[in-house]
Amino acid sequence: MKLNDIVQKLGLEVRAGAGALAAEVRGGYAGDLLSDVIAHGRPGDLWVTLQTHPNTVAVASMNALAGIVLVNGREPEAETLQKAQAENVVLLVSTLPTFELVGRLYGLGLSGMRT
Amino acid sequence: MEIRADLHIHTCLSPCADREMSPPAVVRRGREKGLHVIAVCDHNSAENVEAAIRASEDAGLAVIGGIEITTREEVHVLGLFKDDRALRSVQEVVYENLRGENDPETFGEQWVMNERGEVVRHSGRLLIGATGLSLEEVVQTLHRLGGLAIAAHVDRPRFSLISQLGFVPAGLGLDGVEACSDKPPAVPKDLAVVRSSDAHRLEEIGSRYTRFLVERPTASEIGMALRRIEGRRILT
Repeated sequence: MKLNDIVQKLGLEVRAGAGALAAEVRGGYAGDLLSDVIAHGRPGDLWVTLQTHPNTVAVASMNALAGIVLVNGREPEAETLQKAQAENVVLLVSTLPTFELVGRLYGLGLSGMRT
Repeated sequence: MEIRADLHIHTCLSPCADREMSPPAVVRRGREKGLHVIAVCDHNSAENVEAAIRASEDAGLAVIGGIEITTREEVHVLGLFKDDRALRSVQEVVYENLRGENDPETFGEQWVMNERGEVVRHSGRLLIGATGLSLEEVVQTLHRLGGLAIAAHVDRPRFSLISQLGFVPAGLGLDGVEACSDKPPAVPKDLAVVRSSDAHRLEEIGSRYTRFLVERPTASEIGMALRRIEGRRILT
């Protein structure tokens, strides 16, 4: 599924990386401990988190994630936004809480499992 | 002079610490364990520091005033101060950014004591909670007020800079990191590493400590040692 479709279907707002929305999303991962996401986030995963710290951008790049979605209407810190724009990392914002957002992503066909 | 310092010790003000961790008992145990310096660092509060400093007068051991701040990312950061007034200012900033009330049955009692170990009052704040301050804001606040900023127990799986944020952000400006095991932590090589007990019970005091080569047993001298200035350094 293309990132663009997900953005439209779930009404996500794009804060950075608008040029990379044609990317294919292969699965999803939810987590707020960056050490855990570094260990378990797989290439092409859409990452759902409440962390707004600049390190999130580096983690998304490092693990080749499809993008980051901030939940509960949280906005990225200024430096996070800057880094994401500079590195063309997709940074999205949702007003939904994590549980609801993940449920809807699953409903669209994304999975947290890879076979 | 060579000193042995345990720079991370709680008192009974921290809800998760034993009641027997009264300021005078902590000082006494530190002395018995052969430490020259201890830093009192309670969760998000420094209200037992003054009692500990008073209890240390003529005790042959120096107490550094400190605080263990929880950032909004739930990273624990130690702030160490040579100046009481600066420490009080930090505490004000922390309190302005800390919400909630303590539930003693769930989290534990929070005793403010005097230098004789008598209960002066309870703190009703939710000291175990996270502040609304980012990691960067905490480090900047500590430095602006003349303190040292040390990321606590970076090698633990909870409440550490590494567990919460994966790695040390470039340009953060920490004075050092604290490790709780003998293995070198996953931090840039130029960052000083101290080892401390993070004692919540009397018997844990001094179970880990750092040896420093300094001129005097003060926070500023330790800051110089962390940055290897004018011959001050950590002894390994």
